Amino acid sequence: MSGTEGLVDVPLHEVAHARAGDKGNRLNISLVPYRPEAFEALAEQVTAERVHDLFRHRGATRVERYDLPLIHAFNFVIDDVLEGGVNSSLNLDGHGKTQSFRLLSMLVRVPRRYLAENSPFAGAGQDPSALALGHS
Amino acid sequence: MRDLYLIGNGAGFSGDRIDAPVPVVRTLRERGLPAAIFFEVLGERTVALAQLERRRDPARGYEPMLERLLAPILAPCAESGIKIIGNFGGANPRGAARCIARLALELGLETLKIGVVEGDDIRETVALDGLEVYEADAGIDVANGALVAANAYLDAQPIVAALGDGADVVVTGRTGDPSLALAPLIHHFGWRADDWDRLAVGATAGHLLECGAQVTGGVFLDPGYKDVPDPADIGFPIAEVGAEGSLVITKAADTGGLVDLRTVTEQLLYEVHDPAHYVTPDVVLDMTGITLAQEGPDRVRVEGMRGRPRPEKLKVTASFEGSFLGEGEVSVAGPNCLARARATAEILRERLKRRGLDVRARVDLIGVASVLDADAGPLNRGYAGPEPGEVRIRLAASGADADSVDQAAREVLALLCCGAAGTGGARWRTTPRVVTRSYLAERSRVQPRSSCRLSREWLG
Repeated sequence: MSGTEGLVDVPLHEVAHARAGDKGNRLNISLVPYRPEAFEALAEQVTAERVHDLFRHRGATRVERYDLPLIHAFNFVIDDVLEGGVNSSLNLDGHGKTQSFRLLSMLVRVPRRYLAENSPFAGAGQDPSALALGHS
Repeated sequence: MRDLYLIGNGAGFSGDRIDAPVPVVRTLRERGLPAAIFFEVLGERTVALAQLERRRDPARGYEPMLERLLAPILAPCAESGIKIIGNFGGANPRGAARCIARLALELGLETLKIGVVEGDDIRETVALDGLEVYEADAGIDVANGALVAANAYLDAQPIVAALGDGADVVVTGRTGDPSLALAPLIHHFGWRADDWDRLAVGATAGHLLECGAQVTGGVFLDPGYKDVPDPADIGFPIAEVGAEGSLVITKAADTGGLVDLRTVTEQLLYEVHDPAHYVTPDVVLDMTGITLAQEGPDRVRVEGMRGRPRPEKLKVTASFEGSFLGEGEVSVAGPNCLARARATAEILRERLKRRGLDVRARVDLIGVASVLDADAGPLNRGYAGPEPGEVRIRLAASGADADSVDQAAREVLALLCCGAAGTGGARWRTTPRVVTRSYLAERSRVQPRSSCRLSREWLG
């Protein structure tokens, strides 16, 4: 198989799942690929810098990524992203629980075999842009 | 099997499903092993809200659903020797004990012993000015709001003491969440207070279980990707812990939900920052060596956690009276609704400006971009997707003056006659807020204590 054969551009949602939790004005989001073999590819592409870019519009000041290769998971800790936190935020979701799916909207390029079993992108010939979100 | 102890969880927050404890207790009884069930119902702000309730009614200020949670399980637990532990004491652990005592006597449980842990409430005894502010909260402005609550996160030892005095039920206020699960393990196995690796096992069990269904299929469902069997009846979790430190996560029998590598991994990292340094009052947990193995249906073995000495200082969370929050919502629907929603947002901003209301405000277009957006609305302004079927417009405003905030929220109501075509479904409300800020306090400044009495004695 050649190096690029079978690569697809997909939202992270097709490759991994995530959960967010808050403490004050700090959010953490775990990121776990459905297939352990995708860990390295995500380690390369889902960098702290790219995650910071996703949350810059909410004032995030710092992103740290912790890697847990034994359970093939990542933990992102994002500072100052909760608009003051649950006690002062004007957001409907002051805890930031929904932000895990913001992370899962990030585009990654991975071999098709890394996709979640039921991903609509798993079949050949799918156009990833068909499911792209309206907002960047 | 002799050296196994079972820990079930009956609630992961105040407001959790009140029928969840029943299948957990049924399973614990069927297993026939020594066991406890714990309830974690105190979020960061919950103690403050409980203090406010206690001001209104001195008999209250504990978990409002306490009686409903315990009524179906108190007698079965007493009969099988299953310990019940919970931070459902809130701002009034003795009030909660009296509530449980009344219930026990109604059920004919004359010999039930109730332990109460106190000393977490340090409002009267410790000056916050002298405490170090918790790192992540350095930027929080409490704006000279009046102090409502200040509580230290106690460790497991006062609960262990109450169990040692023969308590069947232990009521606490603020306690480290994992400590609620760790305490009966320390009591049962006689683990030393500096046996860090074993304490780490109990703390891991507590951490995985303290949010109830979150480890058994709650906040997990993503249809087609992560499916959950019978999500309307998710079984709450049970940990099987061995004297030597083995740990298996499973759940109540004959229920929905699931326990697998995915649910356990998500919950392991929930509200964790540095996984090598997860601080509890009893032990600092290092998760980086953890491995997970599915050893049967709804059974995940957790190995490799390590413990380091407990922190020198206890975390204290204080709550202060804060600003007011006003919220108003209306809907628009059908053809051209996105344009009408955007026009509505502009009208609201213009109204606040013209009336000179001293509030901080934000307008969301629900159905376009709201929870993912920022106050300035960059995502909904930049939205270039398909026309939505309908949009709900939400104004949120906050400020120190309740009337200004309420007037801002009422501007949404006025749109029913003054707004865009086809505006309907108005709702508005204004609520007071509390602000929390955490600190670190020397252990010597916090004096935990426990007491244990028969039900009749609590009421006497």
